Amino acid sequence: MRDVAVVAFAQSHHVRREQRRNEVEMLMPVLHQVKTDVGLDQSQIDFTCSGSTDYLAGAAFSFVMTLDGVGASPPISESHVEMDGAWALYEAWVKIQSGAADTALVYSYGKASPGSLRDVLSRQLDPYYVAPLWPDSVALAALQARACIEAGVTSVAEMAGIAARSRRSAADNPFAQLRGSDDPDVLLKEPEFASPLRRHDCPPIGDGAAALILAAEDRARELADRPAWIRGIDHRIEAHALGVRDLTSSPSTRLAGERAGVGDDAIDVAELHAPFSHQEVLLRDALGLGDGVALNPSGGPLAANPIMAAGLIRIGEAADRIRGGEAQRAVAHATSGPCLQQNLVCVLEGPERPGRRPRAGSR
Amino acid sequence: MGKGRVAVVGIGQTKHQATRGDVSIAGLVREAAHEALADAEMDWSDVEAVVIGKAPDFFEGVMMPELYLADALGCVGKPMLRVHTAGSVGGSTTLVAASLVQAGIHGRVLTVAFEKQSESEAMWALTLPIPFQPPLVAGAGGYFAPHIRAYMRRSGAPDHIGVLVALKDRLNALKNPKAHLHEHDITFDSVRESMMLWDPIRYSETCPSSDGACAMVLADEAGGDACADAGRRPAWMLGGAMRSEPTTFPGRDQVDPVGGRECAADVYAQAGITDPRAQFDVAEVYVPFSWYEPMWLENLGFADKGKGWTLVEDGATQMDGDIPWNPSGGVLSSNPIGASGMIRFAEAAMQVRGQAGEHQIDGARRALGHAYGGGSQFFSMWAVGAEKP
Amino acid sequence: MSARPLVLPEPLRDLEPVRSIRAPARLEYTFTAGAATSRFLRGIASKRILGERCPVCGKVMLPPRGSCPTDGVATSEQVELADRGIVTTYCVVNVKFSGSAMELPYVCASVLPDGADMGLFGLVQEIPFDQIRMGMRVEAVWVDDDELQPNLASIKWWRPTGEPDAPYESYREHV
Repeated sequence: MRDVAVVAFAQSHHVRREQRRNEVEMLMPVLHQVKTDVGLDQSQIDFTCSGSTDYLAGAAFSFVMTLDGVGASPPISESHVEMDGAWALYEAWVKIQSGAADTALVYSYGKASPGSLRDVLSRQLDPYYVAPLWPDSVALAALQARACIEAGVTSVAEMAGIAARSRRSAADNPFAQLRGSDDPDVLLKEPEFASPLRRHDCPPIGDGAAALILAAEDRARELADRPAWIRGIDHRIEAHALGVRDLTSSPSTRLAGERAGVGDDAIDVAELHAPFSHQEVLLRDALGLGDGVALNPSGGPLAANPIMAAGLIRIGEAADRIRGGEAQRAVAHATSGPCLQQNLVCVLEGPERPGRRPRAGSR
Repeated sequence: MGKGRVAVVGIGQTKHQATRGDVSIAGLVREAAHEALADAEMDWSDVEAVVIGKAPDFFEGVMMPELYLADALGCVGKPMLRVHTAGSVGGSTTLVAASLVQAGIHGRVLTVAFEKQSESEAMWALTLPIPFQPPLVAGAGGYFAPHIRAYMRRSGAPDHIGVLVALKDRLNALKNPKAHLHEHDITFDSVRESMMLWDPIRYSETCPSSDGACAMVLADEAGGDACADAGRRPAWMLGGAMRSEPTTFPGRDQVDPVGGRECAADVYAQAGITDPRAQFDVAEVYVPFSWYEPMWLENLGFADKGKGWTLVEDGATQMDGDIPWNPSGGVLSSNPIGASGMIRFAEAAMQVRGQAGEHQIDGARRALGHAYGGGSQFFSMWAVGAEKP
Repeated sequence: MSARPLVLPEPLRDLEPVRSIRAPARLEYTFTAGAATSRFLRGIASKRILGERCPVCGKVMLPPRGSCPTDGVATSEQVELADRGIVTTYCVVNVKFSGSAMELPYVCASVLPDGADMGLFGLVQEIPFDQIRMGMRVEAVWVDDDELQPNLASIKWWRPTGEPDAPYESYREHV
């Protein structure tokens, strides 16, 4: 396996409604930022991959217009996944592993403001048995939270604690949408929003974009002083029907974490894509993260959750901690689908952890 | 770890049809996947990862359908990726799957592409009103027709060239039991007299709207060798590439896109092709409107600029010509949009495996698979051969 | 490997199977035009066609969408263009789409306004459809002043000006 690192990362200021700019205008400054940071122009980038979804944009082939912000002439080697940017990163990482590229640009974005996100997300569900009932995303998360509470996996008090901690951490994050929080006991006095969830247990709805640059081996060392090396990356999916899943654990996260080598050594920081507070507990348990791990120092999805970019941002934020020297080993996680159906785990290390061969895959 | 070899060891397709009312979306993809696994003499448990591709989700009314299809494709506990690069998606999906094998991450990958256009409303989904742009035309043909007219102007091609292509592809389809359109009574005159939809594109020169799926099992070198040893003749990947351009920009060549030329050049360099017409035995090329055959003959270097139409007129691309194009009947005979690119890649592989039955080109040993999408802006292509590179 | 045949429980065996369901879906979206499109549409509402120039390549984008697709940089310098230009290519449409009030056949063309480096897609009328040709000079026909809106429907269609056709060489790179 080749050593591949994150050498640049940028994100937009996440807001409830980006009313002045369209998707390409929102994305362009972020793309410029990462290219400027490493001094590369588009012609020097071997592969580009993005993540976005038509249903969020309300337009078919919506990813096509954002190509205008990339500078794709002369033609570029480029691909797209209709998934969170974390999976676009995975595709780019694989491309570099295959030897067909040494550098890659990965970007993703989502504007949830044009539509009704809770209704839009219901279109992800089984079209014959479930989607016609229009169960919204918050209700499904609530269903999972209820199962977790009754199984003793978490409590509303713990969930409120997670919400408060996350948004207070976000006070140091100029890009986050929700920054700062009341004490948990104040939060718990609020009425339930979708029992047992209260508003604070839910992620904000908003618009945002993110981009990062991957580079291999010596190229990474040329482009960045402290590359954040991807030591392991893996993703797994579970069954779709909620009724056949154990909603009180995340087996796909556990499996992806094992394959990515999370447990090989101590973890300093974890950026977990847990849009709902109870899900942080599930993911923490699945990855075996103990008390010594700093969770979501960026504030996580409870502070900013631009759909399709939130997973990529977890990887970027974890990489930033490594590149800034605050952490030597980090885990980043991304999720897709109802109630954590599909999960991606990425282990990043700084230069103080040289010599470990990257892990991935079924072999 | 560099580029490992990739072998196609199993291929499957559904019978493509306007409406597959006999299967659900899951049933449609399983039909193709099932056939590919059976062809590979594998079981679901042999598959390490699944890469699925399709075009806009509005075609079925299901957002991110890989989530719903995880169970149906035996993917629980496995990695699953979903690619969407517009019309070229079937091709790029295959290349992403191939990448996993080339990188040594997985040894056996199932790749599937599909569209069940009958579930929603295809014409609507294709030309969904773009915000702040008043709708002027319906259907992709309205976008491509002006560029075809520009090709006719540039090349001086006579009017009937498109008719010849449509007739060829639809007659070829009669030899392909999987093809959607089986027009037993088609003639040159019936095509020429069919209704003009977006001048110069006639009804009979236009691709149908189909439900369909295609699947392949890609394996590493060891898997390819095992397939060969068992007498099942793998197809070996000789090269693959993707290129993208913006939809429109000043001076963009929409008729002979630079992206197509450069993508082909990359594949040819990998595969050691310097003269595509002479060195390929057959090509499966994405031709949704008849005139795209002469245009792509030039774009892909099979003919000099302005001369693509002469190959059509001379019969060079007929099944008994020196460079058959689309013996399967092509996109003109079956077009489940998300699957069409993979069908081209799969049909190319079938040819070099000797698996194409009645539409087999005898002795085919090297084939080109091609897909394009968007406003002639996304290209994915591969070259496959009967011999290990 | 073969699929096992489905064996239904006794009480279900005589029932007619459900073959399909109708599941209507309605989603409403409120779109943002974006800064560049807004500037362009406000221009249209005052009968002006405003392109935007790229600071790198110097070409004038039309309609402006906020970026130069070739260079991937923001455009902001507005350039007023004439509301007349040439037909670079066209097609004659003979198939209706739902919601359209157009009489068939009608002509859709790419029109390159004088001064622009990219064309606008629009209708061409006031000429028999079989006399349309590439290079034909056309001018915009706007709606009445009190009907002007910030959207491209404010240009009803393009019509021939009667000027001599532009020579092919002058627009061949736009074809």
